[in-house]
Amino acid sequence: MLNYLARRLVLALITCAAISVLTFVIIRLPPGDFVDAYIANLASNGSMVSAEQAVAMRHEYGLDRPVVVQYALWMGRVVRGDFGVSMMWRRPVTEVIGDRLWLTMAISVSALFLTWTIALPIGIYSAVRQYSIGDYIATLLGFMGLAIPNFLLALILMYAGFRYLGLSVGGLFSSDYAQEAWSLAKFWDLMKHIPLPACVLALAGTAQLIRIMRANLLDELRKPYVVSARAKGLSELHVVLKYPVRAALNPFASSIAYLFPYLVSGSIIVSLVLGLPTVGPLLLQALVAQDMFLAGTIVLLLGIMTVIGTLISDLLLMWIEPRIRLRGRA
Amino acid sequence: MVEQVMTNPGAIESGGHMLSVRDLAVEFGQDRGSVRALDGISLDLRAGRVLGVVGESGCGKSVTARAILGILDRPGRLVGGRVLLDPGTSAEQNLAALDPNGAALRAVRGGRIGLIFQEPMTALSVHYTVGNQIIEAIRAHKTLSKAAARAATVELLREVGIPRPELRIDAYPFQLSGGLRQRVGIAMALACAPDILIADEPTTALDVTTQAQILALLRRLQRDKGIALMLITHDMGVIAQMADDVAVMYLGRIVEFAPVRRLFAAPRHPYTRALLRSVPDIRAVPRARLATIGGTVPHPGARPTGCAFHPRCQEMIAGRCETTAPSPVPAGLEGASCFHAESVVQEAVV
Repeated sequence: MLNYLARRLVLALITCAAISVLTFVIIRLPPGDFVDAYIANLASNGSMVSAEQAVAMRHEYGLDRPVVVQYALWMGRVVRGDFGVSMMWRRPVTEVIGDRLWLTMAISVSALFLTWTIALPIGIYSAVRQYSIGDYIATLLGFMGLAIPNFLLALILMYAGFRYLGLSVGGLFSSDYAQEAWSLAKFWDLMKHIPLPACVLALAGTAQLIRIMRANLLDELRKPYVVSARAKGLSELHVVLKYPVRAALNPFASSIAYLFPYLVSGSIIVSLVLGLPTVGPLLLQALVAQDMFLAGTIVLLLGIMTVIGTLISDLLLMWIEPRIRLRGRA
Repeated sequence: MVEQVMTNPGAIESGGHMLSVRDLAVEFGQDRGSVRALDGISLDLRAGRVLGVVGESGCGKSVTARAILGILDRPGRLVGGRVLLDPGTSAEQNLAALDPNGAALRAVRGGRIGLIFQEPMTALSVHYTVGNQIIEAIRAHKTLSKAAARAATVELLREVGIPRPELRIDAYPFQLSGGLRQRVGIAMALACAPDILIADEPTTALDVTTQAQILALLRRLQRDKGIALMLITHDMGVIAQMADDVAVMYLGRIVEFAPVRRLFAAPRHPYTRALLRSVPDIRAVPRARLATIGGTVPHPGARPTGCAFHPRCQEMIAGRCETTAPSPVPAGLEGASCFHAESVVQEAVV
């Protein structure tokens, strides 16, 4: 078991290194660099940048050095916790991402929690009472949830919230608090703003999760061990929760790997629509502006979160799945 | 078990009726296009005796077992008949009339009637240790502390011949061999000392040597405890070795019922004869073809008219078997549901 753990850890480190190379390549892939984008931007506003200024800027950002050297310099700083300066914001990358990261995680985690508490019980009900009226309703709502794009749902909920409930919609803070320093009042303001985006983000995921849970559980409910548990004289609730639901939940442990990067990025489109100050829109802006260090840091973060998520789901599977724990393989 | 013998003295000697199934009918599917999987099954389980139920796949053997316990998978449902526990006594209960999820029927399941499964791998959950799954069965019916239930489980595992039970109790099913897993399955069925045991093809998934050991174990437990055993199988060899009485099933009906010796010596139904012919015989001429039953089992939704076996029957009476159904085997009596057999019985009576 320790052997298995050590192997996983070493593999995770190697993967992280590979991700950093790939990130760098991707960031450098588009033709031109930040200076080109900066000049083009200024040119569209009527300003001009001289060739000397451009060379000076390239030198300042190290863009005139060979690619390998640029990568080595970047990685050297990253390992020491220095992610460079955002060219677009002219502030350290950690500062730019900082608050947004925590806000994104707050929204994502509450959305995820909401998704699970709604979807799992409905999925279980839908499978146990297959083809009942309740199942048909859940299935109908589930397919609607899958079919309606998230941003559309966000718009509808925003409209309804504003028109009928008088909520202040959009963003995570009231205008009074947006620029304020953190205080209890600001935190309370945040708490008032979180439910709407959390609901929007949760609903689409809920629809999908209901379908997955229902399908997983239907497979398990037909297995002989369910019959043998019933034959012991256990109550139906006990039988269903202890045996097939337990088995049907296992696949969710592996899905954690995909959830982790989502936790830090959030949904880009919904964030744009709702005006949420999350990491997703930041990545979009950074990529458009070719802000190398900012985009690189976010992409790197997403990659590493995936690796951490995978590691955690491996550990979790080992914990809940005796076949892996005792044989040391999946 | 001990209590049972005391309240019902002489049960073992007299072979008292423990369970009487009468006219049991099960349908699958909704009103339109429903399929009758069981069509009037009647049988009796008697203390200390083994009833063999034999027939091809899909004839309704397993459905019978599940219908008795009220654990039919949807869309299967009971549409008629009675399942009488302790028939003729003051404690008589009709299980078919009880709520399938109610406490009364759950007390019977596992408490009075144990069920042993065909596939010991899939019948045990891989997520829990065998001890967990047996202890749960005990504690579903008796108020025992965890420690006491665990001690009882170790004893059970020892009783079914599992070596080093105090270690194996913490094993997961996939860590045991097929034979040991089936022994665990038997221990689980015996957890609350039921006086009726239903074994649904308990040896089909095992290799031949293990099969013999498991049958010997079942036989020993059944005799020692005076259990009424219903043994479901498609193997005539198992029937010959284990059963006292035999019910032959075809397409959801019992087509012949007889004590095992008479069934093998003088089978009445052409289907029984065909089943017996299809058993390999060590004394057969080398390289001789093994007899098979022609055709395939019809789908229960397309039950042939008249006698359901007539399309495959070598002794079909033209103009009679395909139009009229022979009368069913009378409940609890020896006989066959066949026009040929009726004439035999009538002659014997005269």
